[in-house]
Amino acid sequence: MEENKYKRLVAKHTPKENVLNNALIAFIIGGFMGLLGQFLTDIYSYIFNISTSDGTMLMIVTLVFLGCLFTCFGFFDKLVHFARCGLIIPITGFAHAMMSASLEYRKEGFVTGIGANMFKLAGSVIVFGVVSAYVFGFLRLIIGG
Amino acid sequence: MIYLNSFLFCGIVCLIGQLILDNTKLTPGHITTIFVVLGCFLDVFNIYDKIILWAGAGACVPITSFGHLLIHGAMVSSVDLGYMGLMSGMFNLTASGITAAIVFSFIFSLIFKPKD
Repeated sequence: MEENKYKRLVAKHTPKENVLNNALIAFIIGGFMGLLGQFLTDIYSYIFNISTSDGTMLMIVTLVFLGCLFTCFGFFDKLVHFARCGLIIPITGFAHAMMSASLEYRKEGFVTGIGANMFKLAGSVIVFGVVSAYVFGFLRLIIGG
Repeated sequence: MIYLNSFLFCGIVCLIGQLILDNTKLTPGHITTIFVVLGCFLDVFNIYDKIILWAGAGACVPITSFGHLLIHGAMVSSVDLGYMGLMSGMFNLTASGITAAIVFSFIFSLIFKPKD
């Protein structure tokens, strides 16, 4: 009885998040990230006269650069808190995770701080990406002959 | 037209991520990992290449394209080298993004101080 009462009390006071509003913000911000990516790719392909895939590479480097720089200035954390997945799912989220980890552990020294902890948050992306790519590639080689 | 497609695709991927984040107890780390594995899976039968043709850079900005580029590089180099190519070509296409992230975050962490 006490336990049920406690659970109801917790459920009552847990802050309710506006799911629809959050989803709309994530959709719009994420959409503008895609728009910005397409715009940068077109501009780079036009200015440097390179293929679209090379332009895409430059665009990803630019977005990573901007994500790192804005994290250092301090206001990217607030933006991420506002837009949530709108900025976490694009490649800026990857840059943000690495940058904030290396900033946070900087005081522990270069090797044991920055070097050892840089991939603390972003490492799981690389580990699972590489493992799943290897497994799927292996299966496709077996199937495709 | 490709601008509208890239807006729609990137927005919808972010929308799905936000819905998962709000309705389950998974953290953002879980969600980015799920999306990378999903991008890998979609490229097994070259579906993601067709999405990139349709949505342009809108499909290259989300983290799903990281998984796609990993398996794409591995498959391209496995044409020449077979099973060894899976390992040697894994980072061929993603190297620029990962190197940029490592170099920039190292240099910036020397210059800037953390703000609380």
